[in-house]
Amino acid sequence: MPETKPVLMQGNEACAEGAISAGVRFYAGYPITPSTEVAEKMAVRLPDLGGVFIQMEDEIASMAAVIGASIGGMRALTATSGPGFSLKQENIGYAIMAEIPCVIVNVQRMGPSTGVPTAPSQGDVMQARWGTHGDHPVIVFSPASVYETYYLTIAAVNLSQKLRQPVILLLDEVVGHMREKVTIPKDSKLMVEKASDKVPADWKPYDDKGLAPLVPFGFGHYYHVTGLFHDQYGFPTGDPPQVERSLERIHEKLMKYRDEVILTNYIGHKEPRVVIITYGCTVRSARAVVKKAYWNNRMPVGLLSLQTLWPFPDKEVKEVARKADVIIVPEMNMGQIVGEVERHVKDEAEVVPLNRYDGEMISPDQISEMIGRWLA
Amino acid sequence: MASIDHLTKDFLRTKKLPHIWCPGCGNGIVTAALVRAIERADFDQRDVVIVSGIGCSSRAAGYLNFNTLHTTHGRALAFATGLKMARPELIIYVIMGDGDCSAIGGNHFIHSARRNIDLNAIVVNNHIYGMTGGQHSPLTPGGKKATTAPRGTLEREFKLLELARGAGATFGARGNAAQPRQLEQLIARAANHKGFSVVEALSPCPIAYGRRNKLGGPVDMLKEMKENSISIERASRKEQSELEGKTITGVLFDEDVPEYASEYYKSIGKSIPVRDNG
Amino acid sequence: MGNRQEILLTGAGGQGLILASIVLAQAAVNDNKNVVQTQSYGPEARGGASMAGVIIDIDTIEYPKVVNPTILLCLNQASFTKYLPRIKKIGECVVIVDSTFVSGPFRDEYKVKSYPITRMAKEEIGKEVVANMLALGVLNASTNIIDREIFRESIFELAPKGSGELNQKAFDLGYSLYKHGSGQNKEETIQNSQ
Repeated sequence: MPETKPVLMQGNEACAEGAISAGVRFYAGYPITPSTEVAEKMAVRLPDLGGVFIQMEDEIASMAAVIGASIGGMRALTATSGPGFSLKQENIGYAIMAEIPCVIVNVQRMGPSTGVPTAPSQGDVMQARWGTHGDHPVIVFSPASVYETYYLTIAAVNLSQKLRQPVILLLDEVVGHMREKVTIPKDSKLMVEKASDKVPADWKPYDDKGLAPLVPFGFGHYYHVTGLFHDQYGFPTGDPPQVERSLERIHEKLMKYRDEVILTNYIGHKEPRVVIITYGCTVRSARAVVKKAYWNNRMPVGLLSLQTLWPFPDKEVKEVARKADVIIVPEMNMGQIVGEVERHVKDEAEVVPLNRYDGEMISPDQISEMIGRWLA
Repeated sequence: MASIDHLTKDFLRTKKLPHIWCPGCGNGIVTAALVRAIERADFDQRDVVIVSGIGCSSRAAGYLNFNTLHTTHGRALAFATGLKMARPELIIYVIMGDGDCSAIGGNHFIHSARRNIDLNAIVVNNHIYGMTGGQHSPLTPGGKKATTAPRGTLEREFKLLELARGAGATFGARGNAAQPRQLEQLIARAANHKGFSVVEALSPCPIAYGRRNKLGGPVDMLKEMKENSISIERASRKEQSELEGKTITGVLFDEDVPEYASEYYKSIGKSIPVRDNG
Repeated sequence: MGNRQEILLTGAGGQGLILASIVLAQAAVNDNKNVVQTQSYGPEARGGASMAGVIIDIDTIEYPKVVNPTILLCLNQASFTKYLPRIKKIGECVVIVDSTFVSGPFRDEYKVKSYPITRMAKEEIGKEVVANMLALGVLNASTNIIDREIFRESIFELAPKGSGELNQKAFDLGYSLYKHGSGQNKEETIQNSQ
């Protein structure tokens, strides 16, 4: 018998459980639908684990507190939704610039503004990419199921620690609120090593040569942390070559670990004529279609699902574009990732958007109908 | 009392000097008072953290040889709250300017006070946004001129320490750059206080504030600052009418109330580590 | 696709439908089936409309929303009026309504089964709040989608502390209501149960 028994779990709960499995012991947040269950779960679980749960006075403070805790050596996460995600942007940029690991969960709801707080949407894809100002690197994951939420949260925490880079987990209301059967490994060795004060003699907090570990405050390494452009020791600089090098370095570190950063999955025909590219809950509708069209009927159809939205999986998209005649991009917005697909596909295939923005999921029928039009 | 050499060698990042502040600015005096207060308190250097926001005075963090965290505008207290909760054994000073603390950071200021979290806020109050060139702040006195109040501001100013106390802060003191020894003592007392403490440090900005309001040069401003001040001990022996126009300095309130981080750790049954200096 | 059950639990906020859907989904997990539970969210915690969907299948469940209901439970009139037209395979979908609140119209082809669910909870158990578990009893007795014992254990597992047995009692009462009180329309059911 397996030691772990399957349980019924909500997406938002799985996010909290994944964070805990990955060693997150600090949560700061502010209540907002449809992400509140993440906070509620953390409020119950963290005190028993010797961790810290704090409800802050606003979304900005929550983001700031998470960064502060991370500098103290605690793995930290916050969760929010659209309006709160907007408020957090400045401090997300700070964490990117100062290279402080943290995870930001955005359970997307229908916007703009207050929008429809309880309706699902995938409208924050571009905000996740470009929400904070300046030319910054971002990592954004988008799960399609409760279990995927669990393991992508773990991946987000670990990657964030490893690259000293904030990772954004872009859930949608469907995945955040649905309950599914999942099997969560018990006592798993999912945690990567703890923050340590042990550093090499020549340690520099922002080493030009590559990735330096973050040494938490309080261990006698008196470096400076700032959102200003800084030298290898963290001190402000406006020197053009140093500024340029510094900006390039924070971008390069993501590409150096591309295999761990960019996660996608292709299912379907080996020589597809029509490929669906999608992410988040929309993957489920697409998979239902591909199951029928390819599994049952051997139609030349495939699905490239994107677990990573940013950095954009350019190679993977180009590869399917070389085979396919048509690429359908269903999204619960007015067309966000489709532009990026077009940018990389160029003339290799026809790119067709499929958009829905009435606060409902894209149904399998909508996708089948679209495929039918091209295969007819 | 430690030698000036020891203080500069250990606690200042001398390679980062000279600082960016204008001649006649009070920020250097306040920073020096802070350094002496840390020395006086005899904390382990490894335990001391300086957090600051954005503005002239917040640049002090870069010159101090501790773990230093220069954050975003107005958010220093929120960053510090996260750090304190993660590492309650650390002694955290939070340096903010008047605009940073009471305008954009006003919400974090009152909520830090309400929680009574053990952070030592030092609000360097020069009554103006200096770094951006002299715009009025919530601590610009009514009628005073600024680039964004060319005819004198019509807004009323916050009474910062009353605001802090009303919000739940348990220690409040006021000093000024003209009386640095007193300021040093106040900062030292604030750090020994368990709970949220606020030290308002009045500081001259001759360039962006004094000039525009015809307050004279740096020396005139410091002189006036000193002459207008009266310690709370002396003030208590005076009639209300005699205190007209005076600024009261010293410890204005000091209360013993449970502190948030230690209450939290107590509630989860976890002890706060103590550094063994043996 | 023959195994797939798409269940809609509908009524008013406060009738415990969301909890019922979670219990049903948990029972499906305990019975080693695949399951997805979703619910509609409104800003109000009480009153208003409430709807939860549960899909149970042996196969992996992709699209998580109920499209083609195979079981529809309506605990109030508004939900009956709203959700009955969602049925695509009329006559094949099991329709269970609470006669305490739902008065029809019951067109023959829908084969609506009506039981005094809330009234029985009040009269027999003395607690209206267990009407949701009683409804699950009727539902499972009518359809047999989950092993009865596993379902009972799941109820105990999820019930608030101290109320496990009471909720199981309500579930069992659902079974006897199904056995004795089933009817094609409201009038018949009420007479039978009186």
